[in-house]
Amino acid sequence: MKNKIFRGIPASPSIAIGKSFLYSTKEIAFSSRREKKEVKEEMTNFEKARLLASKQLRSLRVELKKASDPVSSRLIDVQLLFLEDPLLLNSVEKRIKVQRESAEEAIVNFAESLEEDFRDIPNSYIAERYLDVKDVVDRLLKNLQDEETDTELGSFGEIMVAESFNASTVLQMSKAGVVGLIAEKGGRTSHFVILAEALDISAVVGANGVTDNIETGDEVIVDGISGVIVVNPDEDTKRRFERKKEETAAIQKKFLEKKDLPATTIDGYSIDISANIELPVELPFIKKYGAKGVGLLRTEFLFLTSKAIPNEKAQYDFYLKVAEHAFPDYVIIRTLDLGGDKVFKTKVQEENPFLGWRGIRFTLANEKIFKDQLRAILRASAKGNVRILIPMVSQVEEILKVKDIIGKIKTELKKEGVAFDENIEIGAMVEVPSVPLMADLFSGVVDFFSIGTNDLTQYTLAVDRGNKKISGLFDQLDPSVISLMKMTVQKAHHNNKWVGVCGDIAADVIALPVLIGMELDELSLPPSFIPQIKNVIRGLSLKECKDLLKDVEKKASAKEVREFLKEEMLKRFPSLKNILVEVEND
Amino acid sequence: MFKREAEIINSLGIHARPASMIVKIASSFGSHVELEKDGVRVNAKSIMGVLMLATEQGEKLTIIAEGKDEKEAVEALLELIEKRKFDEE
Repeated sequence: MKNKIFRGIPASPSIAIGKSFLYSTKEIAFSSRREKKEVKEEMTNFEKARLLASKQLRSLRVELKKASDPVSSRLIDVQLLFLEDPLLLNSVEKRIKVQRESAEEAIVNFAESLEEDFRDIPNSYIAERYLDVKDVVDRLLKNLQDEETDTELGSFGEIMVAESFNASTVLQMSKAGVVGLIAEKGGRTSHFVILAEALDISAVVGANGVTDNIETGDEVIVDGISGVIVVNPDEDTKRRFERKKEETAAIQKKFLEKKDLPATTIDGYSIDISANIELPVELPFIKKYGAKGVGLLRTEFLFLTSKAIPNEKAQYDFYLKVAEHAFPDYVIIRTLDLGGDKVFKTKVQEENPFLGWRGIRFTLANEKIFKDQLRAILRASAKGNVRILIPMVSQVEEILKVKDIIGKIKTELKKEGVAFDENIEIGAMVEVPSVPLMADLFSGVVDFFSIGTNDLTQYTLAVDRGNKKISGLFDQLDPSVISLMKMTVQKAHHNNKWVGVCGDIAADVIALPVLIGMELDELSLPPSFIPQIKNVIRGLSLKECKDLLKDVEKKASAKEVREFLKEEMLKRFPSLKNILVEVEND
Repeated sequence: MFKREAEIINSLGIHARPASMIVKIASSFGSHVELEKDGVRVNAKSIMGVLMLATEQGEKLTIIAEGKDEKEAVEALLELIEKRKFDEE
């Protein structure tokens, strides 16, 4: 069938067209089993696969260290130990020599028995380590197969399709020349997605059903801009996407050339455009894409990927590194924004986790974790370019408690003679509608606000966008959300406080007139979107944005807002057509 | 044979990183080294074995070594677990 279309989350702003390769470990293990050979030969094959795996992992570790990703490289340490594990060596040897299994069968069977053992482990954090083991097992199987078929982790111009990828394989695939990734799972902030973006690989993720509908060798189009996947396109569709690919690449190149020009409108209104980042590997993006500092540094990654709750020193090292990269511009560090279940890896059962124990509610109840983080942030602020952002705020009292803790830490640091920024700014995330409603009161206790439009939309409309039955109701351009944002800006400015936006809406080109029109002070967005957003801002005027916002405020639904803005923006910027127009349904 | 009991003090117990530290240290000795918890014994030179013990904070392990450098092996692991607390603090 020609032109099968799938939709997912656009995850890397480029387009790739190529032959697909179904990167599924199931298939390797069972459908293309090698022929069994003599015992001696099977043992040699296993040894070869094992040594090759060890070599691959070592060179990967070097790469990761270069990319300053200490967390992933520690993970590789564990995998290397697994390759030397007497349990593995003895069991495989016994299976090959006594039970006369092939090297491949021996590995698969060993992994299966191990999986059972791990499943029985009551500590879910350790039970999950089976995934690391599985990664090594897959690598061994792949190496065994490569002996005969000579395939690598993808080859030049290929598009890899899988349920999900891990960061280490993405690095290898990029080296092999892979140009696109399609995954059933994952989101814009998944570790492997961020790496794909960093390595200029087009990606669409969260695309349900793709692995059942794409076969190795199919021709596929991956449109990381609109999130569309086309399987076996006809000539016409292919030509259309080839044109779109060339044109967007040309436009992006043009945008990139002007990345360092300020984001100032025709009539002189300036707005700061900064970057949302989380991983060390993203640090070079600040300069590469012309960001004015970091408007949102998420810290969850530090906590979720390290093997223990990171101590103050580990956090300080990371925060300081980010602050140095951003200098002389600011980095806004958001304190831990997780639910209790994610931190302790034990099931904290909640009826309504989104209305539950998360963000500031969690950190205030775990003062040791919170204090370590705040101390690390304060120490990293010595040069004066660090700010603190508190997530999931709903009450003024929460900010007062935070300030109390920060005050105590400052006294401690002074006593210890450690340098920090005495006037460090403290801001509240605007996610819960109580904050805009009470923004006058909040202005009395914070230095700034940062609007997280994803959560603000979720809590305003009472829509869980992960719930497929109602996700159609979720739109950050909903008139109610726009109204709450505007309310925040007006009240904050009245009290001489500044307001930024760090949600997805900041990367949405057609939302710009709304954001500029309400006179926001800062937009923080995924780095690769920055050159384009800045370029468009330079073509707008504050006056026309204010007029457009007035028109938007008369609309009754997100759909009307979108259609209106799209039309107006296309009138002004015809070249946006490529970015805004999706594939027509054939 | 030489054995000693050790209490796990670090907050997350023996997860991946501490487990790999144990394996690396145990492997640097010639003696056969084992860990025992609640009657389950594993090879301390096996990352899988050490992980599968799933030792949590507050639990106790017995370190058992047999061979020429058995005493040194047990003491090195004791130091890692109780003194250095896996370098987590």
